[in-house]
Amino acid sequence: MKIQQTFSRSLVAVRTWPFVTDLSVALCGMAVFFAVVRMGAYWLAKPTPAVFISHSVGALPLYAFYSIVRIGIAYLLSLAFAVGYGYIAAYNPRIEAWMVAVLDILQSIPVLSFLPGVMLAMMALVPGHQLGIEMGSILLIFTGQVWNMAFSFYSSLKSIPREMIEASRIYRYSAWQRFWQLEMPFASIGLIWNSIVSVAGGWFFLIACEMFVLGDRDFRLPGLGSYLQTAASANPVDLKALLWGLGVLVLIIVATDQLIWRPLIAWSDKFKFEQVESSDRVTSPILTLLQRPSVLTKLPVRAWNSLEESMYRRLSTTAECRIVQPVDAPRKRAGWVSIIAGLVVCGAVLWGAWNALHLIHGVSWADMRLLLLGAGATYLRVTASLLIAALWTIPVGVMIGSSPNLARILQPITQVIASVPATALFPVLLLGLIQLGGGLGVGSIALMLLGTQWYILFNVIAGAMAIPSDLKEAASVYKFTRWQRWIRLILPGIFPYLVTGMITASGGAWNASIIAEYFHIGDKTLQTLGLGAQISAATDQGKFSILLLATVLMATMVVTMNRLVWRKLYHLAETRYKLES
Amino acid sequence: MQETDLSNQATVLASATDAIIHAEKIEKYYAQPSENRIQVISATDLSIVPGEILALLGPSGSGKSTMLRMLTGLSRPSAGEVYWHGKPISQAEINVSIVFQSFALFPWLTVLENVEAPLQARGVAPDERRERSMRMLDTVGLDGFEGAYPKELSGGMKQRVGFARALVVEPEVLFMDEPFSALDVLTAENLRSELLELWANKNMPTRAVFIVTHNIEEAVLLADRIIVLGRNPGHIRTDFKVQLPQPRDRKSEGFTQLVDYIYKVLTRPDVSPDEAPDHQHPVSKARDQRQMKYQMLPHARPGGVAGLLELLLDKGGCDDFYRMADDLAFEIDDLLPIVDAAQLLGFLKVEEGDAVITPAGTEFANSEILRQKELFRDAAVNNVLLLRQITRALEMKSDHTIPEEFFLDLLDEQFSEEESQRQMETAVAWGRYAELFDFDAARRRFMLPDAQGEEIASGGDEE
Repeated sequence: MKIQQTFSRSLVAVRTWPFVTDLSVALCGMAVFFAVVRMGAYWLAKPTPAVFISHSVGALPLYAFYSIVRIGIAYLLSLAFAVGYGYIAAYNPRIEAWMVAVLDILQSIPVLSFLPGVMLAMMALVPGHQLGIEMGSILLIFTGQVWNMAFSFYSSLKSIPREMIEASRIYRYSAWQRFWQLEMPFASIGLIWNSIVSVAGGWFFLIACEMFVLGDRDFRLPGLGSYLQTAASANPVDLKALLWGLGVLVLIIVATDQLIWRPLIAWSDKFKFEQVESSDRVTSPILTLLQRPSVLTKLPVRAWNSLEESMYRRLSTTAECRIVQPVDAPRKRAGWVSIIAGLVVCGAVLWGAWNALHLIHGVSWADMRLLLLGAGATYLRVTASLLIAALWTIPVGVMIGSSPNLARILQPITQVIASVPATALFPVLLLGLIQLGGGLGVGSIALMLLGTQWYILFNVIAGAMAIPSDLKEAASVYKFTRWQRWIRLILPGIFPYLVTGMITASGGAWNASIIAEYFHIGDKTLQTLGLGAQISAATDQGKFSILLLATVLMATMVVTMNRLVWRKLYHLAETRYKLES
Repeated sequence: MQETDLSNQATVLASATDAIIHAEKIEKYYAQPSENRIQVISATDLSIVPGEILALLGPSGSGKSTMLRMLTGLSRPSAGEVYWHGKPISQAEINVSIVFQSFALFPWLTVLENVEAPLQARGVAPDERRERSMRMLDTVGLDGFEGAYPKELSGGMKQRVGFARALVVEPEVLFMDEPFSALDVLTAENLRSELLELWANKNMPTRAVFIVTHNIEEAVLLADRIIVLGRNPGHIRTDFKVQLPQPRDRKSEGFTQLVDYIYKVLTRPDVSPDEAPDHQHPVSKARDQRQMKYQMLPHARPGGVAGLLELLLDKGGCDDFYRMADDLAFEIDDLLPIVDAAQLLGFLKVEEGDAVITPAGTEFANSEILRQKELFRDAAVNNVLLLRQITRALEMKSDHTIPEEFFLDLLDEQFSEEESQRQMETAVAWGRYAELFDFDAARRRFMLPDAQGEEIASGGDEE
């Protein structure tokens, strides 16, 4: 029996695989090394005064590479920051409330409103190097990605079951062991899902950063965003390059999904906090391949293990590992260091606020009036785009969601379409609008719609799918009219999902307004009355007082809207329209 | 008799000096913004001495788990001090383990990794770690399961892993927090006898076992000493030694007598417990429950009260708690709230460990649903201060509506925040059943029932 098996084809195939895997891993390592060198050389180079962005297809691979590196670095930074921030917030009751409030506000502020300011600041900070602009764009992607990840990590830490924490305390785990054996595994699933959302959002910001031009100042970075924009601005429009660019973008996003996120999700299945194994699991061939033991995977594991062992041995003599730490320890008196740190932070905040106020003082009433007008216009646009999105997505979403067949066919397609960052489609759409002769006033609504409608559509589909079939059957048994069906069953059923989608969409729409209302195409700058346009224009003309005021105004409006409208609706959805199983 | 007395005295003396863990006047309370504070556990002395299995029994809300956590150093007492071999626990290197009700295993670690983790924290070398863990898994009967993940195991197997993890560090005291209550009856029985076997054969290095439970039979089956806790605030009601020989027979007279005695203590919180049956020796007696403004509403549903009374009527109006719990396959945490509620409403009396139905109770049990509601309403308004206050306040206010917060604030003076919420939930359930008021869950407001409800209410008043 045994001898026969050795020669069976399946085993031969199994044997050859590890070799291929090892080879490809080694190749990957070499590629990464080259990439680092290449990127370093480019970053430390002098900034090219007038950035030349090619729109030939041959330049695409390099541009795509630059974009990926930017988004990768920003993501790693966000991950590290999110974990640190969440950890500190969860374990320091004194500052916890503050840190969560800051998180809440930063999460809802439209990040793109800082785009012009951050770019200028970074250029000033690192003069004479390409690094300045690069850092600006990475910083912006970072600020767009980090908050929901931090929030997810924080709330995971807070929801670790009490008895698990007690077990780690009674068995005298060190903070290190607790982090790797309890906190990180427990938080990992939330962190992975939020990473997916964050990186998708990151593409939106990245493309926006790369194609950013302020008046005659060119901040463009060689990357997919600038490539698409250049292709759209060319005269005549380089349609072939445009399509290639979009194709590569979709390819990258789909590849990220298949090569990174799917294996991660499949792997994180073991961190599910469940008592009984669930039947539906995500599988990933890539993961299976990587989990096959081979020299290349064993070596680092062994090295890590021996490092960890010595670490544990050293930690086991500390007080933390010898004495049981109470779960409800009374608050320690603040040490000198933290008091001084607190005072420094307070001082810095006050100083900044004072200077900001001083700056705003110089704004004339006419400017103020204009700003308020712009705010009103942008507000109306955001609302209009949300309404239009809801109007078409609700019927379509319900239709897709209530027919399993349709859902099976349409959902992957819509997912791919939706994965294209709206900013990448801006140049294309703008071209169409200009041809039609429409102005940016109405056109920007279409641009906002482009980015936001998907959130609502996906949520409505999910909501429609979640309506229990017994309720649907009850509706047909009692012969509900179509009207009754919508009012009594479908709308209440999808309400919580709809609200979730609308909240995300509204955030996206505000963000989009910055570039939707002020756009550079060809040699023209299109703009219309609106807060977003005013932010860009103020930066362009160096009017920092107006820039500051406009940014603050936008942030305030978004936060107020969240507090007054969305949070209430969300609460209503959670209490009244929640379908409990 | 003489002899046992002497030995008993000896242990009492020994407990002061030789105790592994000794708690001195430990209290737990939560400070409120206002002057008064919420006492969870009043000043209590307690010792864990080598060589005994100590069971801590008590109804829910008597602070059993809090007590366990204070004794293990997981929770700091608000006042008093816990000593480990005479050294304050916050400075001592204590060696205890806890077996948790929810198992508290790490689902992402294999069985072996779960058991190894505590050793890892103590800096034990990998080879020794592995060897000791495998030996312990073998002891608890999990040979061959070391590579499995906890979610692949049944509840009983999971708790075996919990035991292995607890014992692998060779604890001096093994603490158990309702270790069998998440398991089915048979599995629990099996694990219990295996635990006793390990203990009797000295197969575990442990010198004392401390088990928290709300299952009376379990306590009598396992323990050498039983402490019964009372509520509001938690305090020791009685503390005695169990002299029945092991293995114990559930059907034996001594066993049932003891179970009956504990039921009697538990169901009559207002009376200080009399002597334990002949062969038991109370070590200390504790003081009575404090008087408070609001009664603690037992968390029972009106339907449960009706069901219990109907059952009691079928049995001739009088039954023994032990038998009743047995018939219903209830544990005391299921039964006691219902009995308490019926007692509070005046439908039932507790005499000598028996439940006796009152005339009001008989009428209630015999009535049809609408009449039952009326009787319930009268009984509730007469006996429950909170419900009376809510109804009065609603009648007085011109718009006949009051936010829930108003009453929550009143309750907060006396109960912890969580308990206030639960009190309010129970009050809402009772009030809705009795049609005393309506409650808008979305706006969190009480309101008088609409016109139809008022009619019934006025009908009730005429009586």
